[in-house]
Order: sequence, then C-alpha cells, then structure tokens
Amino acid sequence: MKDANAIELRNISKRFGKVIANDRINLSVRDGEILAILGENGSGKTTLMNMISGIYYPDEGQIFVHGEEVTIRSPKDAFPLGIGMIHQHFKLVDVLTAAENIVLGLSGPTKLDITAVATRISKLAHKYGFDIDPFKKIYEMSVSEKQTVEIVKMLYRGANILILDEPTAVLTPQETDALFAVLRNMRDAGNAIIIITHKLNEVLALSDRVAVLHKGKYIGTVETKDATVESLTEMMVGKKVKLDIERPDPVDPELRLKVKDITCVNKEGVITLNHASFTAFGGEILGIAGVAGSGQKELLESIAGLTPKESGEIDYYPPNKPMQEISKLSAVEISKLGIKLSFVPEDRLGMGLVGPMDMIDNMMIRSYKKGGFFWADRRAPRTLAEHIISELEVATPGVTTPVGKLSGGNVQKVLVGREISSAPIVLMVAYPVRGLDINSSYTIYRLLNEQKKRGVAVLCVGEDLDVLLALCDRILVLCDGRVTGIVDARTATKEEIGLLMTHTGKGARKDG
Amino acid sequence: MGVITVFIQKAIGQGVCILFGANGEILTEKSGNLNLGVPGMMYMGGIAGLAAAFMYEGAVAVPNAFVGFVLALLAALAAGALGGLIYSVLTITLRANQNVSGLALTTFGMGVGNFFGGSLSKLSGGVGQISTAATASAFRLKLPLLSDIPVLGDVLFSYGVLTYLAIVLSIVLSRYLNRTRQGLCLRAVGESPATADAAGINVQLYKYMATVIGGAIAGLGGLYFVMEYSGGTWTNNGFGDRGWLAVALVIFARWRPLNAIWGSLLFGALYILYLYIPGLGRATQEIFKMLPYVVTIIVLILTSLRKKKEDQPPESLGLHYFREER
Amino acid sequence: MARNIHGAHEPLLHISKREDCGFLRACAVRLIAIALALVVCGVVIVALTGLNPVEVYAGVIDGAVGSSRRLWVTIRDTLSLLLVAVALTPAFKMRFWNVGGEGQVLIGATATAAVMINFAGKLPAPLLFAAMIAASILAGMVWGVIPALFKAGWNTNETLFTLMMNYVATQFVAFCVVYWENPAGSNSVGIINASDKAGWLPPLFGLTYGWNLVIVVLLTAFMYVYLRYSKQGYEIAYVGQSVNTARYAGINVKTVIIRTMAISGALCGLTGFILVSGSGHTISTTLAGGRGFTAIVVAWLSKLNTFTMMLVSFLLTFMAKGAIQIASQFSLNENASEIITGIILFFVLGCEFFINYRVEFRHRRREG
Repeated sequence: MKDANAIELRNISKRFGKVIANDRINLSVRDGEILAILGENGSGKTTLMNMISGIYYPDEGQIFVHGEEVTIRSPKDAFPLGIGMIHQHFKLVDVLTAAENIVLGLSGPTKLDITAVATRISKLAHKYGFDIDPFKKIYEMSVSEKQTVEIVKMLYRGANILILDEPTAVLTPQETDALFAVLRNMRDAGNAIIIITHKLNEVLALSDRVAVLHKGKYIGTVETKDATVESLTEMMVGKKVKLDIERPDPVDPELRLKVKDITCVNKEGVITLNHASFTAFGGEILGIAGVAGSGQKELLESIAGLTPKESGEIDYYPPNKPMQEISKLSAVEISKLGIKLSFVPEDRLGMGLVGPMDMIDNMMIRSYKKGGFFWADRRAPRTLAEHIISELEVATPGVTTPVGKLSGGNVQKVLVGREISSAPIVLMVAYPVRGLDINSSYTIYRLLNEQKKRGVAVLCVGEDLDVLLALCDRILVLCDGRVTGIVDARTATKEEIGLLMTHTGKGARKDG
Repeated sequence: MGVITVFIQKAIGQGVCILFGANGEILTEKSGNLNLGVPGMMYMGGIAGLAAAFMYEGAVAVPNAFVGFVLALLAALAAGALGGLIYSVLTITLRANQNVSGLALTTFGMGVGNFFGGSLSKLSGGVGQISTAATASAFRLKLPLLSDIPVLGDVLFSYGVLTYLAIVLSIVLSRYLNRTRQGLCLRAVGESPATADAAGINVQLYKYMATVIGGAIAGLGGLYFVMEYSGGTWTNNGFGDRGWLAVALVIFARWRPLNAIWGSLLFGALYILYLYIPGLGRATQEIFKMLPYVVTIIVLILTSLRKKKEDQPPESLGLHYFREER
Repeated sequence: MARNIHGAHEPLLHISKREDCGFLRACAVRLIAIALALVVCGVVIVALTGLNPVEVYAGVIDGAVGSSRRLWVTIRDTLSLLLVAVALTPAFKMRFWNVGGEGQVLIGATATAAVMINFAGKLPAPLLFAAMIAASILAGMVWGVIPALFKAGWNTNETLFTLMMNYVATQFVAFCVVYWENPAGSNSVGIINASDKAGWLPPLFGLTYGWNLVIVVLLTAFMYVYLRYSKQGYEIAYVGQSVNTARYAGINVKTVIIRTMAISGALCGLTGFILVSGSGHTISTTLAGGRGFTAIVVAWLSKLNTFTMMLVSFLLTFMAKGAIQIASQFSLNENASEIITGIILFFVLGCEFFINYRVEFRHRRREG
C-alpha cells in the first residue's frame, strides 16, 4: 500500500494532568513537502511533534508513517522509521568534533575511521548545500553551525522525515536564509520536513502548507500560496475570548520608571535587547507582549540589576523623593539602597524561591538582611508566611513544608505574596499565571489589581493576549529585542498586537 | 653508572606506580566518576599481589617465579577491580556521593593493605617479614641483552616488565579513548551523559566498566610498588602518598594518558630531586618533595584561567546521572 | 495491520524518588545497615582469624570505653574529629567540596607549635594561648581561602585544589619537623615544652581534656546556630541551593564563598591548635591522622547536622579505638580498624539510597 503522506496523525490527544495539551489533532505531511506548524506559545506545537519523535506517548489517536500505523515509544523507535527531530536545545557534546558527534552511538567496527565519516558528511553537505567542517569542535561553533551538525546527524542516520522546533529562533537573518536554502534542497530531494514556528514571514517564505494550532486545538491547514499575514494571524490568535477580569481605571498616574535606550548582549554575543525605551506609571498595569525569547526576560532582569547592560539608562522615581538612576546598580546595591522594586521571575523555583526550603526560609530571601548584625529575624517572616497562607488561601500543610512540594498555583501565590508584601513601588511579574488553574489565575489578577490601586507601577510580561488585553492599561510589544509598539489595551485588537509581535520590520524575506 | 643515569632510573622507578594509578583514574574520570579511592585501590592491588605470591611460595617447595608472577598479577588486577566495583555499586547503583564513597574506599583499602601486610605471616603461622623473593625476581627481571648496552641499556632497558607495561598501557589507553567507537562513547558519557543517553549509549554500563577496569589498572600500581620497587616485601605505610600523586598526575596530564607518561617521569624526578641537589639540609629536602603538588596546583589554576575546553575535567565529573531526574 | 515497534525491555525495577521518608523509618534503615555491616565484619574476622566474633566485639567495647582512661581517649579523639566535621559543614552547605581539612588542620597545628616553641617563657600564659589560637586560626584560614579565591574568581575545581593543598601542607610540616627536630637526628619534634608545659591546655574542672570538651562543644553549638539562625547562615544556604536565587536575593556570591571558606579553614586550623596544645603536645605529619578525610564522611552522613555529627564521630572513633584494642588483645594488626570502619561506611553510604528512593518491581505496563 503506497501512501503519499510521510506522516499522518489521526485524532491525537495528549493530556498533562488536567491540562489538555493536544486535543484530537489531525495532520499530515507529504514526502517532498515543507509543512509549517504555526501557533502561539502554549498552543501545543512542540508537544505534538514530541509524540512523533518518541519523547511523549499519545493518550489517544493513531500515527501513520508512509501509510502504516506505528507505535513510537522512544526516540529509538523513531530512528528506524526515518524520523529525526531537531530540538531547540541541541544535544551535542561540546568538546567533541562535528564528525564525532554525528557518529556518536552508532554501531560499526571497533576502530573508528573518522576520515571515512568526514567524507560521508562532506558528501551529504555537498548534496544539500550545507556548510560544515567535520573536524571543528562544537564549542568553537556558532549556534547555526551547531544546528547544522544536528541536522546532518539526523540525515547521517538515514532520517527522511525531519522535524525542526523553532529553528530560526536563535539565528541571524543571514543564517536563516542559509538554513532555508538547505531545507528547500532537502525537500526537493524528496524528504518531508516539518518546521515549528510562530514567525509568519518565515512561514510564508519557506513552507508549502501551513497547519495552525491554537490552545491545543487544530484550527486547519492551508496552502501557503493562498495565505496572507492577516489570514494566518487571525487563525493563530483565534477569536477574541471574553474574560471577566476587573480593570479599574488608573488614578493619577505618576511617573515611576523611565527606561531609555537599553541594549543587552548575552554571553554568546547575541543582542537580546535592542535600544528599548518606555515609561511606567504608578497606578497602571503595563503589559509586555511578544513571542518567547523576544527580550522579555532581559528587560525585567536588567531593571532588577541581574543582567548587565551594554548601554542605556534606567531612572527610578520614588514618590516624594528625588529621582535615582539605577542603570549602573547591581541587585546587591539595589537591595542595599532600599529601592522598592519587587520582581516575580519566570523561573519560580529556580530563582524566585528555593524548592527544598520551607515557606519561612523562602520569605527570608527578601528579608533576611533586616535587623541586627548577626541574627536573622525569623519571627516576622513566619508571621508573613502565615499571613500569606490565610490571605491567599495557599493549600499547604504548614509554614514548614518545603515550597517545592506545593502545586504550581500555590507556589506562585507564595512568590507573589512575598513580593507584594514589601510594599513595592515598582512590581515586575513574568508570566504570572503560567501553568495555573483558573481559580489561582484569578487570585493573581486580583492581587495585581490591588497593587495597581495602591499606586504601584506594575509591569506584567504575559503570553496570553486575551489576558493582557483584559488586565492591562497599556501593552508594550517586543519583537527580536526591539519595542515595536506600545498600544492602549482598551482599544487595541489581538490582530494588531499579533502583527507587532511578528513584525521584524523587514517584511517577508525574499527566497534564497 | 653516571649520576644522571641513576637519577633517571630512580625517577622512572618512582614514576611507574604513579603512572598506573593515573591511567586507571583517567579511564575512570573519563566516565564522569571522580574516584578518590585510588590510593585504596593501589593498596589493595599491592597487598593482593603480595599475598598471592606469598601463599604460592609457601605452598610449594620450589616456587616457580613465572607462576608466582602470573598469580600475583591476577590477584592485583582482581583486588583493584574489586575496589572499583565497590565504588561503582555505591555511586552508580546506590547513588551515593562520589567524593565520600571514594574516601571511604581509600580508608578501607589502606586498612586492608596495612592489616594484611603487617599480619600476613602471622596469620599463616609464620614469623617475621614477608618475603616473596622468587616472585619478585620475576618482576625485577631485566630485558636480556638490551640491558647490557652501556648507558642506553641502563636508562632504557634496565627495568622489569611492569614498567614497560605501564607505558604500553598509556599508549593503548590513549588510542582507545581517541580512536575507537567505544572510546568516543566513553568520552561522551563523561562529558554529557544526557547526550550519550539520547544517542542510545548505555551510560551505566560504561561507567561501571570504566571504573572497574580503572580500579584494576590502579591495582597494578600497588603491585609494581611491592614487587619491583620493594622487591617483594611490605612496609606499613611505606607506599606513602603515591596514591594521591596519581590523582595529581591525572590533573597534571590534563586527562591525557600520553601526557601522563612524561608527567610521571617528571613527578618521579621531582620526588627524588632533593637527593641530587648538593648542600640541601634535611629540612629543605622536605620542601622539595612538595614540588609535584605545587606544580599540579599551578597546572590546575592555569587551565582554569585559560578556560581551554580540551584541558578541563570531563564536564560531568563528580555528578550523578539518572535519566528520570533530568 | 499495525506495526508495533517495541522499545527496549521495560526495566524490571522502577526507581522513584521518595517524597518523605519518616524519621523512624530512616533510623530503622540505618540501624539495619550498621547491623549488616557488623555481620559482614564478623564474617571477615572469623574467616581471617578464626576468632569468635562476639568475643571480638566485646573486645571492641572494652577497648573503646573499658576504662576511664580509654573512655577519655575515645572522647578526646571524638572531639577533634567532630570539630573538623563541624568546620567542614559551612563549606559543604555551600556545595563547596572542601576536601582540604587535613591540610588546614596540619597547618593550624604547625602554626600553634611554632608559637609554642618560639614564645614559651617569653609571653605570659594567657597571651601565649591567645597567640597560639590566633596563629592556628589565621594559618587554617589562609589555607582555606586560597582555593576559595580561585573558585570564586575563575571557577577552579575546588575538590582537586583543596586535595592538593593537603600534601603541600604535609610537606611543610615535614620541613618544620626537621627544622625543630629534638633531639637532633630523631626526625621528630618530641614533646614540646615537656618541662614547663608552657602552651599546654591545663586541666579544667579536674578533667585532662576539659578545655577540649568545652571548646568543641561550644563551637559545635555555635555552628548549629550560625547556620540555622544567622544572616550569614542564610546566605550560605541560598548560595548552596541556587546561585541564581542568591543573586536574585542581592547576595554577593563571591564574597560568601571566600568568607565561608575562611571560616571553614579557621575552624580546621583551630582543631590543629587543640591537637597540639590539648592532646598531642607535639607536631608530626601524621598528626591530623586522616581526620580531615574521615570528617568529610562524618559531615556527609550527618546530613550537615552538627548534633548528629557528635553521634557519628563518636561511633567511628569508638570502632577505631576498639579495633586497636582487639588488635593487641588478639595480637592482630591495628589496621583492622580501618577495614571495619570502611565496611561500616560502605553500608551506611549505600543505605541512604533506600531512604531517598522507592524501589518497585515493575508490573506489566498498560498497552498503548
């Protein structure tokens, strides 16, 4: 039985606890085709692909490879079927060369003839137009070179169905063009290629068909040639959902924070924040939107003094006191100067809280310096912990239970509760309701609104546009580290923000 | 024989047992296991070899040197491997802390060595010092003809078989690590077990094999000391800090067996240098014995300052890897 | 027909992290482990010597606590082991592998001896003791801070660095021993100030080792309080748990690393003072006697709880002293104690697995 579909998914569902990550999804990709899977963060794209590559096992549904139903329990099962997935985090050994990584784990004669391996790699590279040096060590490579090694590794092992998870997220425009050229060559050679992305211009430039997911549901598949940025945006962000979130009007907003031309460069030398400027006012919630990795983390951490800045200035305006420039200050100095800046980081149990420690000790992360020279005050934190438990209805056996054992919603309540307890003037929260159930989410919204009414300047990084539109007063949109717009949340539409989020200023990139 | 010739001979004599220990530890550390039980395993190897030879020589009227040699060799290998196995079961299967398990192994191994070394003859009903002259003679047998060449013969060919085995072993180990598929897999396990696991490599098996075989090799270091260096006798704590020197040599050689060959010669030379510098007081001599460690510390600092990837310890050294805890 | 591709064999055993192991259960597991270890040791003893293991164990007890003098020697050695373990604790809590306790003790002891030899008779007793204590603390501190500086600045591997520092210290002591040799040619320092006992810790409340007891117990209690209730203790805990959180909390991580190692080294140095001034009254390369290493095991087995360390140090010293006794009683070799200690350690280290993990035989998994 011959089937034109390289892979076909029928009614695939996957649940994680109560969360439905994929809900009865149907999808197919043909040989010699590039299929783009488009969707916002959390729409279930990666989960779906992980089921094809054997990382997860579907709860329901069937997978067909070249017309035959298959069971894929582990990546080891996916290999013989010709399925290879390139993850966002590369699985490579740094001190080994490209060729050594590519051949790692393959069986063969005891003596490893690395020259023969290199020759085969060069042949593959020549066939598809890769630029790869088999003898270069991984740690000497740029991100795009590492990605090339991952792709060649899959091809070397005989993969003919390739899945790439957000492959361009870490690439420069030139590297992206080179990657696309290679992917087209691979398609023309008859391979099936699936690329997960949320960048519309890339979808339009590269793919043959587009499948759209939204919040775990399959929206539909369209031929790329019939699609436009607008039509795809509409499919991707979905219909506007009415949320019942309270939004009081700001009362005499006062300037609290002025960010001027901040630029950050990460360890790899990539610009993560590019001349970002904005102002934040007390008594309002400023939303920050953008696809993942657009500079949200760096924006908040640079204000908190945790990420070094290349250039730019941050001014802090406390009520009834003179302005202070905090751009040069580290987190140590900010806390010493008593600047009332609270921060709920994205990584709750890796940065904001310590999982194995109990609630009292976690309260003390912010307060342990108070009081005399030697003793750390444990009484006030205990009272605070008890207060948070009763006020925010934290479900926990007691203040001495390690916070790592609490559920996600309760962990977040503990963290937010601690951060607002210090009566902040600026409150920064990153993805405050990620992974939380509806009730906990509403508790968090209520807390943010209370702070707003107290006159706090709230900065809220979010991923769900419906929530940002219902909760915030203004929304700042980041794209590739640049501020592409600041809109009024009461009048803006999802489509408008969606376009700003994917707007790279270059428009759809020309082919090869 | 000239002073320099004797100096080189003595330096090699000191270096060989460190070289065995270092080779065993390089193999072990390449799998990500930092086994601080090296001194213990060397003691175990030494005493096992000695005990095997002693019992054999006591059991037969006219001991055959060659039989004694084989028995001692096998016993030393087995005892060293046993040490590595104890460490492996504790750290790999039972997930105990590597540093603590290694130190416990050193305590145990040194205890075993000194206990049996001191009471072997008494336990078997004899009196006085252990001596296994016949077996030791086999270990001390020089290469015929070649060793008779003047100077060159003394410098290059005047050693027992274990000396040459140590050098051959280093070369074989180097080729194994760098030129074979298994060696590649082993390096991947030590660098990034998660990546190795994803590539279908049996991480636990590699760790076990490397650690057990590494222990056996370290055991040969102890055997060299009792047989070729001491001539088949035992002195309690006579082995000294050679086990820790082996750990130092691993760092000094930057985890490369070929570097360990000349490194062991250098360590051996530094260890006895004080004997050859005229006019040193006894106190100053002790300061000279510090040199191998000081040199190692300098190498350790320099490699961390230079941050050259190839010179760093294996990335996952000292860490556990369990798939479900990723 | 569906083509089923089965993965590798399902593992027979399923190992999962145990969320909460009750205190009683944990104690029971450890007791079983120690009991098993003693059985194994017993088997080894019988196999080697043909002696009755029960008699041998009775000999152990007799040797460790059989007379007042033996009991006090056991207590004295427990105290010095305990102090090293206490000294290592803050470093371990910070996840800094200080395996250099041996060297830090030795260098502290050398500094003490230096003051004792050079200033006896020149300083009044209180000043002499103050100088000895200060010298031992300072020397240990320097020995601990050197690796810490490189760890903080360049992330130099501290396990290997501190390990090497041990032998630099050993050779330095060897140098000093020859330098201070008494009588000449003996290659030993002999008893320092044997005639006037200058710089010897005097008996306290009529107890020879009274001062040792007071100093070590006070420091043990202090370390407990320091780690649990002080600001610096919290900083150490945050750095140890997550450097990210520490930075977020506004902690200067490098300062904490260096300061904590200064404390750890200082207390090790002070142990050196106690060993010289409070018990040995001499200095030699084997003065620390492996305590720096054994203390690592003690601290680790006690889960960094300083009061548990009292128990564990006593247990290990008890076994060691007892074994020395049976060695002479049955004319064996005193190194038997290390074998017995090693076997007990193996079992106790291994048994932690059964406290931290749940092992289940995997049953048939549901078909997908």
